[in-house]
Parts: sequence; structure tokens; C-alpha cells
Amino acid sequence: MMNFPGSGILKGMVVTARNMIGSYFDRAHAKRLITEQYPEERPTLPEASRSFPFLVFDGQDPEAGMRCVACKICEKECPPQCIFIEQDRDANGKLLRRPKIFDIDISVCMGCQICVESCPFESIRMDNIYEMSSCDRFGSLVIHKGQLLKSNEYYRSINPTEAAETDARIEAARIKKAAAAKVAAEKVAAARAAAAAKAAAEQAAQPPSEPEQPAP
Amino acid sequence: MNFLENLPLATKKFILDLVEWVCGWFCSKLGIQLPGWVMPALLTLVSILIVIVALIAVFMVMFALMSVFERKILARMQNRYGPNRVGFFRWRLCGLFQPVADGIKMLTKEDIVPRGADKIVHFLAPIVMVAPALILPVILPYGRGMVPIELSSGILFFFALGAGTELAVFMAGWSSNNKYSVMGAMRAIAQMISYELPLVMSAVVVALVAGTLSPNGIVEAQGGLSFGFLPNWFVFTPWGFVACLLFYIGALAESNRSPFDLPEGESELVAGHLTEYSGFKYAIFFMAEYVGMFAINGLLVTLFLGGYQAPFAFLDFIPSWCWFFGKLAFLAFTMVWVRATMPRFRIDQMMQFAWKLMLPMSFAALISAATWYYTGRGLLGWALSILIVGVPYLILGYFCFTRRHTADNRRYLFSE
Repeated sequence: MMNFPGSGILKGMVVTARNMIGSYFDRAHAKRLITEQYPEERPTLPEASRSFPFLVFDGQDPEAGMRCVACKICEKECPPQCIFIEQDRDANGKLLRRPKIFDIDISVCMGCQICVESCPFESIRMDNIYEMSSCDRFGSLVIHKGQLLKSNEYYRSINPTEAAETDARIEAARIKKAAAAKVAAEKVAAARAAAAAKAAAEQAAQPPSEPEQPAP
Repeated sequence: MNFLENLPLATKKFILDLVEWVCGWFCSKLGIQLPGWVMPALLTLVSILIVIVALIAVFMVMFALMSVFERKILARMQNRYGPNRVGFFRWRLCGLFQPVADGIKMLTKEDIVPRGADKIVHFLAPIVMVAPALILPVILPYGRGMVPIELSSGILFFFALGAGTELAVFMAGWSSNNKYSVMGAMRAIAQMISYELPLVMSAVVVALVAGTLSPNGIVEAQGGLSFGFLPNWFVFTPWGFVACLLFYIGALAESNRSPFDLPEGESELVAGHLTEYSGFKYAIFFMAEYVGMFAINGLLVTLFLGGYQAPFAFLDFIPSWCWFFGKLAFLAFTMVWVRATMPRFRIDQMMQFAWKLMLPMSFAALISAATWYYTGRGLLGWALSILIVGVPYLILGYFCFTRRHTADNRRYLFSE
């Protein structure tokens, strides 16, 4: 293009015009109109995106499959102290290994993921939901156990990589536990067998005789 | 398409006839004998009212459409969508109802007057601003025989009235009792007075060639073709092209639009003279700005782009008023285009540009036009007039506005 006084203005005008026309016609071009029209178009969130924690359960029944054992580690670790746990008791008042109350105040939660990292039971995980507005400042921002419990399938759907890792870890732990149990059972069986054998041997060494009746 | 061409005038005549008939019917019903002067006076009044209502309605609708289309075009030029939500119930209509939402918002906002403000002047400033802006469009010829007020010196009237804007801007700035307002107002005064001169000079060029100050006469002078293919519009002559550009730049500056939006430059002054205005007064300032922009663009159409005339005779089937508003819409679009393209001037660049380039160029255009006119509008005239505007432009461009005069040989001590 020729250079004369004022030609820079014309070049600039051409650039803006090209952008305007391009925004209407080369829509496939990924660099133009990158705005997502939010309620209609949803972003595909990356796996690592996270908002607030949730509780994972296995199987179909949330209460039965709950992984949480109410150990309260997450409650103690939580920096802004937004978790509240109360352990369940049975009819006799004996403590059970599951929570009766598990509340997370998401108006306080800062999404730091420390609860997830501290949980030894792979029970608490980060969710990626982001539409959590409510008309109420207090009640509906405290999420209770029923809302927090989500299935392992859901976890697999939002974060496949980490869910697979968790599943593998749980499976490995289960196999190890089963093996240990088997070893222990074998040991018990062996001990029992040995004891039985010893008893048999002792019996064999001492032929049975009539116990002497003490003379009256 | 004679029907469409005559539609506005026919509507007006129909309403007048209706009023006359209704009045006559009532009088005969009530048995009153009106004096002879009543009916013509009434019809004149109604005729004036029709023109006022039509003008205000048209310009308000254009203001509303402009406010949404400006945002949309600007957004498209920056690869965004722009407003596309506000619609009518569940029909979104590409956000076309955005101005309605804006208007409701503006009307329901609190009207805050600062405690230290000069309350009367603060109240009067938007009125003084909007009144001339709404009167300005009356002199423009919108179509064949469609001039609201036929003034033989309409151009003069336009500039005389248009200068009132400066007063209003300074009233707004001064009465707000705010340093940003005063600074913005002073910048606005400096800018408007500087650019008034090339603006009027480039209109003088047209008046010189057309030999009249009446807008309608100027439009008539641009009819026909020269050399058999070129419409006789003044923009298609060397001097007219230059004067048109000068007028356009002056119009940008007069209506405070980017890149001349220094008076309300939000990065330096909060909002210039608008800082202390809110609610409806703020909306009125904006309305005045936009209507003033349409008015001055309409004058540009009248002076240089052949007014309501079609470029070629075979395009005459499109009504003349459509041509006028089409050209106006094109100019409004280019103003948005310029706004999307250029950054804001620095204040010293702005003054330099007015006094060192635009003023000499407007004198050159005047001499060029005179040469063109007196050498008989032939090829010789074309050559001479191109020479007369071209040489000063190149000299000014290469020697007065080169990079040597700007601070680009800055030395970076640490960053390199």
C-alpha cells in the first residue's frame, strides 16, 4: 500500500471493516466471536475445575454406600471452618461410623480442596457446579448431607481421570485388605490346626486311662 | 413509486383536511359561524405542529436506533456480539429494544444535584443544550419540497444556532462545581471554537460555488451529471472532496465524538462536563449530542452529497427522502466506524490538527473552488484545483505532521 499523509488512517479503517465483516461471515473461524452466549451455550469445563466439595457414595443407596465415616479430619483441617459434622449413634447410644449431620456452608467455603486432600477415605471430592445462587443469604447457602451426597458415577462423569485414580486406589486397598484377611485367616487356621495337632499328639502320647477314682 | 415519494406530504395534507373537515362539522352541528381568519390560522398551527411532531419523532427514533446500532457495530468491529438480549417478552429481536430499557433506566434514576452546584444553571444547561439541537434540523431539505422551514440563509442559521452548544457545555461544566467538569468544559470550548472555523470555511466553499446560502438551492445546484457519468455532487470534485472531509472532521469534533471526545475523555476526566449529571438530565445531554450529530450529518449530506438527489436518473424510483436518510445513515455508520478505529487525540495534537492542517486546507479548498468555478468546470479546472489542494496537503503532511515533531525518539533506560 502506498504511503502518503493520512494513509495510516485508511489502513486502520480497513482493519476494523474487515473485522466487522468477518464477524458476520467467517463464524467458523475460532478467533472471531469467542463470546459464549451463556444460558444457551455452556462452557465445557476442564476436569480440574472446581467449586465446592461434595460427598461420594458407592452403589445406588446414598446412605448405605456412603464412604464418609465421620472421622472429622476434614472438619478440623478446613481453614475457614465451613464443615460441621455430627456422628451418628444407634438405638443404644453407641457411636456409628457414619455422620448424622454433614453440613458445608458454601458462603464460607473458599474451595481450597484441603478437605479433599486430607480425607483418608476418598469420601469428599470437589464438584464443578457453578450455578448456586439463591435468594436467601443464610438457609440455602448451607448444604446438607442429602444434597452433598453424589454417586461415584457422577464423580466419574465430571472428573474421569481422578475418579479412575481413586477407584484404582480403593480397589488396590480392597485387594490388599482381602489378602491380609486371607493371610490372617490362614494363620488362624494354621494355628488352630497346629493346636489341634498338638492336642492330638498329646492325646496319643498319653493313652487314655480310667481316671482313678479317689477312694472314699 | 410516486406514491411513496409523496407519502409524507400526502399524509400532512390528509391530516390538515381531516382537521378542517372535523372543525367544519362541529361548527355546523353547533350552529356557530366562525370568523374568516380562524380556520386558516388553525390550519397553520396544525401544520406547524405536524412538522414539529414529525421531526421530533423521526429524530428520537433515529437517536434510539443509533444508540443500539452504534453499540452493535462497535462490538462487531471488536469481534463481540454487542447488546442482543433486550427484546419484547420472549422475542429477543437481536436486542433492538435496548434503548427502551436504557430509557426506563435513565428515567427512574435519581436526579442528583451537587450541594455546591449553581442549581439554576445546572438545571438550565441540558435545556440550553437540547433546544438548539432540536431546532437545527428544521432547515434541512429531507426530500423534494420537504423543507420544514425554507430559509434563504439556512446555512447561516444553522451555524449561528449550532454555536449555542458551546454555551450549554460551559454552563454544565461551570455550574457543577467540580474540577473535572470545568476542565472538560474548557476543553470542549477550546475544541469547538477551533473546529468551528474549518467547519464554517468548508461550508463557505460550497456557498461560493452554489451561489446561495439556502440549503434547498445548494441541493438543486448538485443535480445532473458532469462528464456524462459523474453525479454533480460537490463531493465528486477535488475541492469538494477536501471540503467534505474537512467538514466531516469538523462535524466529528463539534459533536464530541471519538477521536475528538476529549471533553468527556473518561480516562482523564471522569466524564467531562457530564460528571455531575445523572438520570434524565444525563439522558438529555446524550440526546442533544446525537440529534446534533444527525443534524450536522444532514447538513453534510445537503452540502456535499447531493442532498435528497439520487446519483443517477434511473435510480429516481427510490423516493427522495429515502435517499436523504440513506445517506444520513451511511454517515452515521462511518462515524461509528471512525470511533472503532481511532484512539483519542492528545489535547495538543487536537489543537495542532485544527490550526495547522485543517484551517490551511480549508483556505486551499476555497481557492481551489474559486479556480474550478472560474475556469469553467472543465478538465483544466480539475487539474488546477487538484493541484491547489494537493500541493498544500502534501507539504503540510510531509513537513508539519511528520514523526519528527512527535516524541518517538524516546530512550528506554531499563527496559531494553
